Amino acid sequence: MSAKNNPAQRWEDDIFDCFKRHDINQVPYVPDAGHSHLIKRIHNDPSITPIVLTTEEEGVASSCGAWLGGHKSVLLMQSSGVGNCINMLSLTTNCNFPFVAIVSMRGEWDEFNQWQVPMSRATPGSFQLMGIEVQRCNSPDEVAPTVDAALYAAFASEQRIAILLSQRLIGRKVW
Amino acid sequence: MIPQAIVNRREAVRRILANRGDTLVVCGLGSSTYDVFAAGDDNKNFYLWGAMGGSVMIGLGLAIAQPTKPVLVITGDGEALMGIGALASVAAQKPNNLTIVVLDNGHFGETGMQPSHTSHGVNLAEVAAACGFNRSQTLVEYEALDAYINRRTASNGPTLMVVKITTENQKRALPNIDGVYIKNRVRASLGIQPV
Repeated sequence: MSAKNNPAQRWEDDIFDCFKRHDINQVPYVPDAGHSHLIKRIHNDPSITPIVLTTEEEGVASSCGAWLGGHKSVLLMQSSGVGNCINMLSLTTNCNFPFVAIVSMRGEWDEFNQWQVPMSRATPGSFQLMGIEVQRCNSPDEVAPTVDAALYAAFASEQRIAILLSQRLIGRKVW
Repeated sequence: MIPQAIVNRREAVRRILANRGDTLVVCGLGSSTYDVFAAGDDNKNFYLWGAMGGSVMIGLGLAIAQPTKPVLVITGDGEALMGIGALASVAAQKPNNLTIVVLDNGHFGETGMQPSHTSHGVNLAEVAAACGFNRSQTLVEYEALDAYINRRTASNGPTLMVVKITTENQKRALPNIDGVYIKNRVRASLGIQPV
């Protein structure tokens, strides 16, 4: 049941349902407020190992290690962490590892903190420069089909995809 | 005072891998990859030629995916230092099947032997201990290395062993550089079919 058909279902729950449907085993993350509900759900599910990171590129590397051992891993982070990943993404392209990152965007809509803006603007280009396909979700009804399609493409045929969750979707940061 | 290193890196890796059984090995770019290859090519070796700073986290993802198999990361001090935060991330997970061996010559060997942080007093075994590794130790002699190898079990990690090694040049030993081949070979060794 997607958020579109059931008002009680949040788009974050749609992502979680996709993880379950695609048998995701590991979820490395650097936390972001936009991912907090999803991270809570992952911590409450014994079949998914959450991996808290000190920096985002660790999650690129751990996701590759997961696939070496037959696991499926999805990296969660916010846009400010994408630049940290650039050289480590060469691991995914050199070895043709599957890679899925779900990136909550800051610095692009209703943003009070200008320090978030430069990396936000560079986020799609950073992924594209490293050969990662970029998809974007602007509204709740786009989330389930976009995540479902990315997980299928990544793990069925070793593709590399970053999904950007727009700040308009996530909403203003609440203090 | 840091004691003078005695142990040769090739000999250390040869001894560590001599009775490896079903151990999966991830090795850091540069000399560590060459050392692991020189000890004998194996389908269960994931040779890195780049992605500096990533070896420990590749090992972590693999150790979580294969909890019944020993996973051994063999890397150098420079590569381990670049990914030093990974020691905290490993300790937070506590995978009991993961061992990290740091071949520590105190230098960035691939780039002109510039002294690394460990030459300036940074102690990676103590960093690992402070992070919460179950075992961590610095080994400076073959006797201590052999004692560790003989005592090791597959299930009391996470473990980090720093092996102090000499800096002399080694004979070139270069494994395959094709990342797709190396990846698929490791997966096949675990019975995983290509996609």
